[in-house]
Amino acid sequence: MSPRPYVLVAELTYRCPLRCAYCSNPTQVQDRPALAGADWLRVLSEASDLGVVQVHFTGGEPLLRDDLEALVARAAALELYSNLITSGVPLTRERLAGLQAAGLCALQLSFQAARPGSSAAIAGVDAFAHKLQVARWARELELPLTVNVVLHRQNLDEVNPIIALAEELGAHRLELANTQYLGWAYENRAALMPSLAQLDAARAVVAVARARLRGSMEILFVLPDYHGDRPRTCMTGWGERFIVVTPDGRALPCHAAHILPLEFPDLRAGSLASAWHDSEAFQKYRGTDYLGEPCRSCDQREVDHGGCRCQAFLLTGDATAADPVCGMSPRHDLVVVARAAAAQAAPALTLRRLRIAR
Amino acid sequence: MPLALSADSRPQLARKARLRTDRLTGETLLLYPEHGLILSPSAAAILRLCDGRSAGNIAAELGAPLADVLEFLTTLGERGLVNT
Repeated sequence: MSPRPYVLVAELTYRCPLRCAYCSNPTQVQDRPALAGADWLRVLSEASDLGVVQVHFTGGEPLLRDDLEALVARAAALELYSNLITSGVPLTRERLAGLQAAGLCALQLSFQAARPGSSAAIAGVDAFAHKLQVARWARELELPLTVNVVLHRQNLDEVNPIIALAEELGAHRLELANTQYLGWAYENRAALMPSLAQLDAARAVVAVARARLRGSMEILFVLPDYHGDRPRTCMTGWGERFIVVTPDGRALPCHAAHILPLEFPDLRAGSLASAWHDSEAFQKYRGTDYLGEPCRSCDQREVDHGGCRCQAFLLTGDATAADPVCGMSPRHDLVVVARAAAAQAAPALTLRRLRIAR
Repeated sequence: MPLALSADSRPQLARKARLRTDRLTGETLLLYPEHGLILSPSAAAILRLCDGRSAGNIAAELGAPLADVLEFLTTLGERGLVNT
């Protein structure tokens, strides 16, 4: 009996007006046509039938799809809790009001930093003023707002002003997500990785703010795993709660899983239920049976499942290996060396762009 | 900001939170960004009555101890899921 998915992550496109160097999107995408609107509507219904109750419309920039309103309306008809994860570019007040009228439940708006200059440096585009405007519209429309900021060496010292900004914008939730080194962030790892002192300072600031803002703004601080010695749990378990659907209609257990040498089910040719229950890709790392040592005999194996499968593959070439972030991994040296290298010098950032595999 | 709830408070579900019945299990779910809670029948009954009436009325309607109702609503208030 497979577990039940609760969350659908609908990656509507990989196109994006921003070029963030920490983006978790693939650094190279397949030259395949986008999933048609009718197929997306079917995927939403099939997700609901499987037990999904939350949908994140994300990307790239999901606003670049003209039929976003129809997808939001379908989600609402299915009573799915819908969340739009956006850069806010391009967005007008009229379109935001229209999405709300279609049934959108919440808005998650990205900020890159607390100031225009540092934001543009990492995003390659100066969108700060427009993002402020979008947040004001959300407040006027009483649309619940989450502010999301990916943290790295260049903005970690701005955590205090970032919290102040989120408060001023009326956010009910602030996600401070330390960079996970997958996708473009892996290419920029040495330039993005902070020092331990920066992280400790930010952690202390967050602890104080959390106590002060309890009940009015929730603050999430996603742990920086290269600086810990225990890995984070892979997607709360591979194929346990999440389904990601890519812009070209593939179903994945995690948005980073496209790097793995697996055949991911094509939803143009099959149902989401069959992908979830029967596909090799979803069954491959379900549970913990695939784990070798040192994970197999570790008392944490049911807690963290040996860490992130994608990170294990990316760093060691073996997706069943212990995530090297773990202090007990025989390849933990890879993380120690990466940390030391980042402390030596910061190379220039490579901003993301759309690279299509030919 | 901890909420001071009393029998006269008129708790309401926060805008970000939605109640629905789960299609597979029939249980009541409380959904909000990035999270969901599966509610016990008594918790679900309390939240379904958060429609502008007072906490005292909710407790009376359900025949539940006021202290239990206030404690539950305070917990949800601390998570920003209930306004007073």
